[in-house]
Amino acid sequence: MNDPITIARDRILAPAGLTEYDLDRLLGLLAGSALDAADIYFQNSRLQSWVLEDGIIKDGNFSIEQGVGIRAICGEKTGFAYSDEITFPALAQAAEAARAIAGAGQHAQVRIANQAAVHRLYEPINPLVSLPDADQVALLKRVDAEARRMDPRVTKVSASVVAVQDIVMVLADDGTLAADVRPLVRLNVSVIAEANGRREQGGSGGGARAELGWLLLEDRALGFAREAVRLALTNLEAEPAPAGTMTVVLGAGWPGILLHEAIGHGLEGDFNRKETSAFAGRVGERVAAHGVTVVDDGTLAGRRGSLNMDDEGTPSQNTVLIEDGILRGYMQDKLNARLMGVRSTGNGRRESYAHLPMPRMTNTYMLAGTRDPQEIIASVDKGLYAVNFGGGQVDITSGKFVFSTSEAYLIEGGKIGRPVKGATLIGNGPDVLTRVSMIGNDLALDAGVGTCGKEGQSVPVGVGQPTMRIDSLTVGGTTA
Amino acid sequence: MTITATEDTAERLARLQQHIEDLLREAKDRGASAAEASVGSSAGLEVSVRLGEVETVEHTRDNGLGITVYFGHRKGSASTTDLSPASLRDTVAAACTIAAQTQEDPCAHLADAALMAREIPDLELYHPWQLGVDEAIRIAAECEDAARAYDARIVNSEGASLSTHMGLQVYGNSHGFIGGYPSTRHGLSCAVVGEDGDAMQRDYWWTSARAAADLDPARGVGERAAERTVARLGARQIDTRKAPVLFRAEVAAGLLRSLVSAISGGSLYRRSSFLLDHLNEAIFPDFVRIHEQPQLPRGLASAPFDGDGVATWSKDLVSEGVLRTYLLDAYSGCRLKLPTTGNAGGVRNLSIDMGELDRAGMLALMGTGLFVTELMGHGVNAVTGDYSRGAAGFWVEHGEIQFPVEEITIAGNLKEMFTGLVAVGNDCDFPGSTRTGSWLIGEMTIAGE
Repeated sequence: MNDPITIARDRILAPAGLTEYDLDRLLGLLAGSALDAADIYFQNSRLQSWVLEDGIIKDGNFSIEQGVGIRAICGEKTGFAYSDEITFPALAQAAEAARAIAGAGQHAQVRIANQAAVHRLYEPINPLVSLPDADQVALLKRVDAEARRMDPRVTKVSASVVAVQDIVMVLADDGTLAADVRPLVRLNVSVIAEANGRREQGGSGGGARAELGWLLLEDRALGFAREAVRLALTNLEAEPAPAGTMTVVLGAGWPGILLHEAIGHGLEGDFNRKETSAFAGRVGERVAAHGVTVVDDGTLAGRRGSLNMDDEGTPSQNTVLIEDGILRGYMQDKLNARLMGVRSTGNGRRESYAHLPMPRMTNTYMLAGTRDPQEIIASVDKGLYAVNFGGGQVDITSGKFVFSTSEAYLIEGGKIGRPVKGATLIGNGPDVLTRVSMIGNDLALDAGVGTCGKEGQSVPVGVGQPTMRIDSLTVGGTTA
Repeated sequence: MTITATEDTAERLARLQQHIEDLLREAKDRGASAAEASVGSSAGLEVSVRLGEVETVEHTRDNGLGITVYFGHRKGSASTTDLSPASLRDTVAAACTIAAQTQEDPCAHLADAALMAREIPDLELYHPWQLGVDEAIRIAAECEDAARAYDARIVNSEGASLSTHMGLQVYGNSHGFIGGYPSTRHGLSCAVVGEDGDAMQRDYWWTSARAAADLDPARGVGERAAERTVARLGARQIDTRKAPVLFRAEVAAGLLRSLVSAISGGSLYRRSSFLLDHLNEAIFPDFVRIHEQPQLPRGLASAPFDGDGVATWSKDLVSEGVLRTYLLDAYSGCRLKLPTTGNAGGVRNLSIDMGELDRAGMLALMGTGLFVTELMGHGVNAVTGDYSRGAAGFWVEHGEIQFPVEEITIAGNLKEMFTGLVAVGNDCDFPGSTRTGSWLIGEMTIAGE
């Protein structure tokens, strides 16, 4: 009962009264001579959350989403239909609608085979019940108390804890039958601090594919509370940020959002097959300085961006995107891999059964260099040291990307100086990494709160990097 | 294949209303002192065409229900996509389990019974489009073809897509209020890629409406996407400087959204708004009036009642530059000791009074400065109003566009940008529920080379 396929059968197929025979029939209805590929994606997702505000547990929510997405592919054409009703007639109707894309053709016989799981990066558990409700609520109260205890300038504290269990099962006309049971937990803390007529916010949090108990280990939950307070208090002292092009040192960990925006999206297979990416046709070319190696790695144990398999049943892998500055390859799903004549890299992801899969990142990070982070800061006479960020965005066609600081300091004479207000940094993806002149030995991954949006679909991801010096980047402050 | 309702809309609406009644009864049976529930059901078709070939045909069908139960002043919520009777019962039970752990919150209650909408006016939101897949493909292809034929520098395409959706939404609560209505939404969009030398640029255009007859012609949408793309070719950075900034109408709408967020109850009671304690104060110059029309016929954001069941009404948010009201639902109103403004679920159909000048007039008024046509990223600090975003647009001298600009940022503070608003143009030329012309802001910091 500890096997994902067994869990998926028990939780999705059995309650709907669907048998092996029904699945065979369904795939037979869908697959046919006129199609290049077809798949059926079953999903059952449960979420529970608790919200603390103003010192009380104000709200909680429990939700179940379940349904089936059916896809038929013919060349570059995709037919897609889905149903939140899991019954044979509803699925047969969806299969007919999806396969209409290919026009007439012979139905085919498909033999499906259980696919042995390649990875066990997380256990197939249900995190919603991994900690009693009362203990989850008590944890939020401790987080609240810790934030308030830290400093009297803290005037508002809000915190939430979320646990998700996502059970997915994929059947494809290439014989794939694979399942994954994906736990995901997260805790977020946000505080407002006020002093001398100023008001600032600070936020922190973390998460993993694990039981809720993960939040209690290594003092994590209370650590997030202290970090949120520290950020709010730092921002209370912040001065206007500088404007213009300057040397920027990015801290380790979450600033890896730079990689996600500047190069990650541009290396997704769909944009390169369609040649709409600024990186299209550039495999083998230098796109970064010597020493820069960037990977997309879905195989890190317990990480928010990790997957035992992607949403097409392909085992996730560690894909080298840039090796010592040279562009090595793209991230692929099955459709784009087939059309480009390569293999899927296990990056076919979808938000849910009601969305089509496409190439998406998992955990994207830069490997460590050799420099001491202190030495990197000391090397800068005048510049910006940015250690925390809000969101980012990229235009993959022009290559321009932005990401916005939420904690940054001036560097003056090789020393970290005053904190500055949030500013957006803007650069050009295909050449920003050519200006990397120093790479730290302190690779860190983010705390596990990243969510990536693409074409209206959100998926959990991770980022990371060591401390890194970029010789010139445009900083969007107000002090010209 | 066409999108046809398998049963009469009225029957489907009645069935969803029955779900609401079942949910509310189940909640009462489980001892809840009050409850509210909503159920939605929608179906649609989306097709996309790229480089003249069909790329995707998607049939969408979504169901969902949500319930909130109250035990005195404790509450719990649950939701599901499964509308079966067993699932309805399980969902209510789950909400009650949640409520067993939440704490007394004096503001956790339904909106006042006296405020419930008494009638559900027909806002003309339902105009089903009996659109076949082949016809949808033809329209999308016509749109993309027009874009690709517009200019030789249009070398690639992300395609054009056409969508049509119809939905039913019902809300009810234990005051005895129950209301529902059908609505439709159709849209067409196109994005193309232009190339000039080594550099590529992409831009898009779209149209969206409740009735298919109100959509802009496919050809025009495609040509507009291409025109915008070609105009960006050859963009370059400019030096860091301070200058006036003209926000093109559809990016100026983003400034209105920042205003809405800052005067929304949730931001205010959390003390995370730069407009905290600004009610009845001047936040814009005195020519500014900003108005909400929630019951606008065929409006893309229209609704006869809000998410609490409260009847919606038209109002000025700002007049003579003064902030006249916050945007409140029952909960945030209670927290701020103010009555609800019927804005549970947000603001509906916002417009700013437009001035005399067209686009050319606004550029002339600015003289020399930056005409911003695109903003990137999330650099708006809601707590302080600090504003720093990636931008693209055109450099303007003596009222004339000189060249396209990219890889720059613009920065300032929203409070100062609002008070520094010089003029609003009459050049409102984009679809959507927010109506505004371009905004000229006196001075901002531009970071570039």
